[in-house]
Amino acid sequence: MTSANSHQRSPLLTAYAVLVFAFIYLPIAVLILYSFNRDGVGGFPPRHFTLDWYRQLFSDAAIWDSVVNSLLVAAASVALSLTLGLLAALALDRANFPGKTLFRRLVLLPLILPGIITGLSLLMFAVFAGMHLSLLTVFLGHGTALISVATTELFAGLQKLDRAQEEASLDLGATPWQTFWRVTLPNLKLSLVAAGLLIFTLSMDEIAVSFFLIGRDNTLPLEIWGRLRRGITPEINAISTLIFAASVALIVIWYRLRARTIGTEAQELLERL
Amino acid sequence: MYSRAYKAAISIPPLLWVCFFLLLPYALMFAHSFWLVRDGSLVHQWNLQNYRALFTNPLYFQVFLRTAGIAASVTLCSLLLGYPLAYYLSFHAGPRKELLYQLVVVPLWVSYLVRGYAWKTILGSDGVLNGFLQYLHITHEPVSFFLYSPFAVVLMLTHIYTPFVFLPIYAALEHIPRPLLEASQDLGANRRATFLRVILPLSVPGLLAGATFAFVLSLGDFLAPLLVGGPSATMIANIVQSLFGAAYDWPLGAAISVCILLITASLLFTTERLEKRWSFR
Repeated sequence: MTSANSHQRSPLLTAYAVLVFAFIYLPIAVLILYSFNRDGVGGFPPRHFTLDWYRQLFSDAAIWDSVVNSLLVAAASVALSLTLGLLAALALDRANFPGKTLFRRLVLLPLILPGIITGLSLLMFAVFAGMHLSLLTVFLGHGTALISVATTELFAGLQKLDRAQEEASLDLGATPWQTFWRVTLPNLKLSLVAAGLLIFTLSMDEIAVSFFLIGRDNTLPLEIWGRLRRGITPEINAISTLIFAASVALIVIWYRLRARTIGTEAQELLERL
Repeated sequence: MYSRAYKAAISIPPLLWVCFFLLLPYALMFAHSFWLVRDGSLVHQWNLQNYRALFTNPLYFQVFLRTAGIAASVTLCSLLLGYPLAYYLSFHAGPRKELLYQLVVVPLWVSYLVRGYAWKTILGSDGVLNGFLQYLHITHEPVSFFLYSPFAVVLMLTHIYTPFVFLPIYAALEHIPRPLLEASQDLGANRRATFLRVILPLSVPGLLAGATFAFVLSLGDFLAPLLVGGPSATMIANIVQSLFGAAYDWPLGAAISVCILLITASLLFTTERLEKRWSFR
C-alpha cells in the first residue's frame, strides 16, 4: 500500500497546478517581455527588441519625482506604523483596559475593509479638520491603516517571546525602560524587520486609500494611474518591470536576513549544548 | 510583572492615535450618511433620506446585485484555482514544496496596479491576446469583448486574489496530522473518500478565511472596473467614488459606504462563527 504522504503520483493534479502557475505568472511575463518591444504594448509576436522605453523612462522627470514622493511616504509610514504598532502589540499582549477587544478590532479594520472605505473616511476627516490634501494626508492614511500590519506581525513575535528574560532583567535591577531597549526590542528584531519590509512594500503599492487623499504631488502608483487614462506606451511596462524587480529584490533580502538569523540561532543553540 | 506606568505608556499612545485617526474618521462617515446636500453644499441636518433613496431607487440595487455577482464569481474562481494548488503543494510537491510555496507568494508582493495593467495590455482590442489569435489565424479581426466587460474584472481580480485564497488553505492543509490520512486509508477508505471525509472537512476553516477575504475585497473594489471593466461592469464602489467626485453627494456616498461596511462586518462575524464550529482543535 502506498503511504499517505508526498509521493503519490497524480499527473492530472500536477498538470492543473502547472496551469495555475501559468495563469499567475503569464501576465507578469507578458508585461516584462513587452517592455522591450519597439512596436507598443500589444500585438503578437513582439518583433523588435529595444531599450528605448527604458531610456525614455530614465529621462522622465515626472515619474522620478513620483518615485521620490512614494519613497518618502513609505519611509515615514514605516516609522509611524512600526512605532504605534509596536506599542499596540505590547498593549494587547500585556495590558488590560476597558474596550480592549474593541481596540483590537478597530486596529485591524483597515486590513480587511476595502480601501475605499478607509480612504473616504480619512478624506472626510481631513476636510473636517481643515487639512489640505497633500503627501502629508497620504502619509497619515498609510501610516494609520498599516498599523494593522505592524500590530499583527509584532503581536505574533511577542507571543513567541520568552518572558522569563524580561523578568530576569527587571529582577536584576534594570528599569522597565532599560529592559525594553535591551531585552524586548532586540528579541523582536526579526519581526520588526519583517513588518517594516511588508509595510514599505504595501505603502509603495497602495492606490485605493491614496486615491482619495492625494493632493498636487503624485505617488508612483497614482502617476501611473494618471498615465493609463492618457493612453498607454511600453514605458509603463518598463516602470512596472522595475517595480516587479524591486519587489522581488526586497523578498530576497528578507529571506537572506531570515536565513541568517535562523542560522545564527542554530549556531547559538549548538554552542549551548 | 509590569508596572502601571509601563502599561499606561504602552497603551495610551496607540489608543489615542487610533481613536483620533481611525475611530473618528469612521464615525464621521456614519454621521455623513445621515446628513444631506442642498444646493451644492453639505447641510448638517439629521435625516434618513439617503438610506431611503438607496432602498427605493432600483438602480442601486441592480448595481449592488452585479457587484455581489462579480465578487461571488471571483471567490469561486479563486477557490477553484487556489484549493487544488494548495492541495498539490501540501500533498504531492515533495521536496520542491518550499520553492513552489515561494513562487505563489511572490506575486502577492507585486503591485495591484501592475497586475491590472498587465491584463489591460493582454485583453485590449489591439492587445497581446488578439495579436496571438490573429497570428494563429483563429480570428481575423480584433475581438473587442475581452476588455471592458464584467468578465475582464472577474479575470483580473481572480488573478489578484488566487494567492490570497491559497495561503490560508495551504496553512490549514499543512496542519492536518498526516497519521489521520494513513488511518483513513488503513481503514479502507480510497483516496476520494479520504479527501471528502478527512481532508476537506479539516480544511474548511482555511477555505472560509480565504473565501471571505476574496469576497469582501472584491465587493469594495473600484479600480478593476475603471481599469478593465468599462461601463457594463460598474460596481457599487464606483458609484461611491463618483458620488464623492463629480456627482458631489457625499452623504449618499457615505450611506452606500456604510452599507458596504455593515455587509463586510456581518460576513466577517459569520465566518468567525463558522470557523470556530469547523475547527478541530
